[in-house]
Amino acid sequence: MKKQIPVIGIEMHCELKSKAKVFSRASNAYSEIPNSNIALLDLAFPGTLPVVNQKCVEDSLKVSLALNCTQPEYIYFDRKNYYYPDLPKGYQITQMSEPVGVNGKTEIEVNGNLKEVLIHDVHLEEDAASLDHYFDTSTIDYNRCGVPLLELVTEPCFHSAEEVLAFLEHMRRIYQYLDVSEADTKKGQIRCDVNVSIRDIDTEELGTRVEVKNVNSFSGVVDTINYEIERQTKLKEEGRYNEVEQDTRRWDEETQKTVHMRSKVDAIDYKYFVEPNIPKYKVTQEWLDKLKEEIPRLYLERKYDYINNYNLSNYDASILVKDRDIADYFEECLNLGIEAKTASNWITTQIMGYLNKEERKIKDIFLTPKRLKDLTDLISKGTISFKQAKEIFDKVLMEQKEVKEFVKEDNAQLSDKEELNQIIDEIINNSPNQVEQYHNGKTNLFDYFVGQVMKNTRGKANPVLTKEILKEKLDK
Amino acid sequence: MYMDKSLKELHELLQKKEVTSKELIQESLEKSKDVQEKYNAFVTIIDNPSEGTINEEIVSGIPFGVKDNYSTKDVLSTGSSNTLNNYVPIYTATVVQNLLDKGAVMVNKPALDEFGMGGTGTTCHTGKVLNPWSKERMCAGSSAGSACAVAAGVYPYALGSDTGDSIRKPAAFCGIVGYKPTYGMLSRYGLFPFASSLDHCGVLTRSVEDAAIVVDAMKGKDSHDMTSWDSKNINLTKALTGDVKGKKLFYIKEICEIENYPMANLELKEHLANFHKTLELFKTKGVEIEGVSINKDLLNALPSVYVILSCAEATSNMSNLTGIIFGPRGKSCNVMEMIKEHRTLGFSPLIKRRFVIGSYILQKENQERYFKNAQRVRRLIVDTMKDLFKTYDGLIMPVSSGPAKKFSQDDDVIDENTSILEEHLQIGNFGGFPSITIPDGFINKLPVGINITGNCYKDEDVLNLAYALESLMDFKGQIAKEVE
Repeated sequence: MKKQIPVIGIEMHCELKSKAKVFSRASNAYSEIPNSNIALLDLAFPGTLPVVNQKCVEDSLKVSLALNCTQPEYIYFDRKNYYYPDLPKGYQITQMSEPVGVNGKTEIEVNGNLKEVLIHDVHLEEDAASLDHYFDTSTIDYNRCGVPLLELVTEPCFHSAEEVLAFLEHMRRIYQYLDVSEADTKKGQIRCDVNVSIRDIDTEELGTRVEVKNVNSFSGVVDTINYEIERQTKLKEEGRYNEVEQDTRRWDEETQKTVHMRSKVDAIDYKYFVEPNIPKYKVTQEWLDKLKEEIPRLYLERKYDYINNYNLSNYDASILVKDRDIADYFEECLNLGIEAKTASNWITTQIMGYLNKEERKIKDIFLTPKRLKDLTDLISKGTISFKQAKEIFDKVLMEQKEVKEFVKEDNAQLSDKEELNQIIDEIINNSPNQVEQYHNGKTNLFDYFVGQVMKNTRGKANPVLTKEILKEKLDK
Repeated sequence: MYMDKSLKELHELLQKKEVTSKELIQESLEKSKDVQEKYNAFVTIIDNPSEGTINEEIVSGIPFGVKDNYSTKDVLSTGSSNTLNNYVPIYTATVVQNLLDKGAVMVNKPALDEFGMGGTGTTCHTGKVLNPWSKERMCAGSSAGSACAVAAGVYPYALGSDTGDSIRKPAAFCGIVGYKPTYGMLSRYGLFPFASSLDHCGVLTRSVEDAAIVVDAMKGKDSHDMTSWDSKNINLTKALTGDVKGKKLFYIKEICEIENYPMANLELKEHLANFHKTLELFKTKGVEIEGVSINKDLLNALPSVYVILSCAEATSNMSNLTGIIFGPRGKSCNVMEMIKEHRTLGFSPLIKRRFVIGSYILQKENQERYFKNAQRVRRLIVDTMKDLFKTYDGLIMPVSSGPAKKFSQDDDVIDENTSILEEHLQIGNFGGFPSITIPDGFINKLPVGINITGNCYKDEDVLNLAYALESLMDFKGQIAKEVE
């Protein structure tokens, strides 16, 4: 039986989306060319001053609100002082005393169960430059220096790598829904510090906490946690728990191990104090109300809405809410009156298939919800078959023309009741034997008649209407 | 000879074409070289400054100096420190740019106590600045070069900066006017920071009117400095009516009464007597002046509060001086060693001492005891002053304990008896108050000064009061004459 339970906390750093950096006017855009997005402040030229990018503050407050945090009375910043070549000013401007949010909570889904995650705080700060180390030199790229960074600190409330992974995915989706970050780990936009300890299952007393810094992929986080749990548990079981030091480590991708960096006794004193160049300013209720209005419904709320109120399967609902734009598209379809299941089917199969194949975004495609509505209307009216609809779907996307254009041209179904009546009467008249057999109980001959109608009309007869008329005439 | 004239006089001469900007520049450069030779006032004298176009702006075409802790594009800007002894900035400070845009002509970069940290003018990497009234004496600091040059008649004005009294004390020791406006009226963008919450830009001139003209030309909200504010509705030059009837001023009894100094020397006695004589003179203009008592403990705390706050901020502000991106780079192959070498060789011992103090104060275990308490006392001092400013239009005080000190007197040793007298101008920095020093007499043929400080945003009142007082005395526009 398990004797220990892991206790894990996460510090998640996420780069925010914005035109300019958080305190300088340099562009906050990813660039392959080193040192191409830099302003005087980013290089800490003497006399330069920080100017707060209000958009970054607003986006951070949105995250704070979305995570049910308490917002501060005033916005102001602190200096975190330390020397490192990736930090030209010699201090990082961050929020230590009054983060944009404290004491929050958020619900995540782990294996279909809901779990509440407690947020210690979320604060806005600036990123440092990126260093590359070679055999005998190191290079500095200041492009990343001053990029807005939102740091989220959870309480130590996780007990497995699986829970942490679910939380990271949850947060990534929230950032994307709020449209405050691309939250793309491939671009290094998310980096985590992981705190792991183990405690005896029958006590509340926490074990020795180990911090692993700068893990920059979700899989790395999972590997780190599992590695540390195993390492600490093993030492515990061997009676060598005193060898678990309260230290700071790093995750080494190559050896798949955590490596000691520094001990608690060597912890840096960051000598925090309030940044004097940024006057504090008030966070008013009106401001928060305005920001609240800009926050969309988040994915879990939507997912349960789709399941409970629109009878979608958990599977379909999960797919729809994965991407906010897709969920928005779906909801727009509902607003236009497309039946939920129909809309969901079109989106999760046809549309997403197209998006994947063409590597496009749903926001950019020609087939808007309005056009999808045109298409599904034609099916429900019986004007076209589902098979024809799929063909029109492709054509609409390829040729960027309205749905009706393709219906007129060659796919128009024969839905004229008069004309169908005539054709069907003729077939019935010409098949007295089959009619007799049918009336004698050989009802599967119904399909024979449908086939004849189709043959006669080269497949264009509206199948619904055809069946309706045939039934009426044969059963009378 | 033109450079001893006032800005308005020069402007008129330029407009009438009785003199050209080129001639003024020529004269100013020659005087710069002379003053450099005699008093060692400059880090840089600009070779061939292009002449300014004469326009409606009073400052157009007229030479001026810029303290070497302002960033000036393409012109060496050292902060008088070896850490920046080769630093040529790629941008110009907002206040300097505002003057250049109006046609003013920068001709030199006066020296200062390294990064403004010092009150003697002796810690510049180019050596000490001598007082133009007496080479035996210091100009005080940190705007030593600026005060020296203006007093010696190199040009009508030079920019200074003021974190404790760095404009207002050298002005007194050099017999000229020194003015720092309300915090944020002048953008600090491009001023090398010492202690950001106390740093002020300002100007040294030979008359109150010139100070008003220059600050009018420099001020304005700057999108690069969040602490700057819109002062469009303030016109300092126009405010100088000389009508101060009914205005009320106070002085602090515990600092200004001679009874507080049982050991007082002759200089101090004369200085305070002259101060009170000046007050009597001022009263003839219809100004009411009275002594006010302030808690002695609060006053005694002033110097330590200043040391704590300024050193703490300075330690952090100067962490960018690593020699990696700018400044002379250390030779070591290890980056931390490179930084260490740059800073060890670059900073003078005085600054290093202040960094150690600043670091100590900011340490987690010391923050509450020193830093936070100093901030609380700062708040108490400012609140006390703001309370008094409800009753009074300003505070009027003597500057220092007498005239300029001899180099042989070590200013860094604080004489406990007169320390508040030496340090009280820091009140103006704690509160961001507008504050101006003007000359009010001579002791042993050396100038002494008097200071008026008012509430935030009351710059017009403060300047008009100084203008009225100046008109009662004979020191306006005076040029230094060597006496020893």
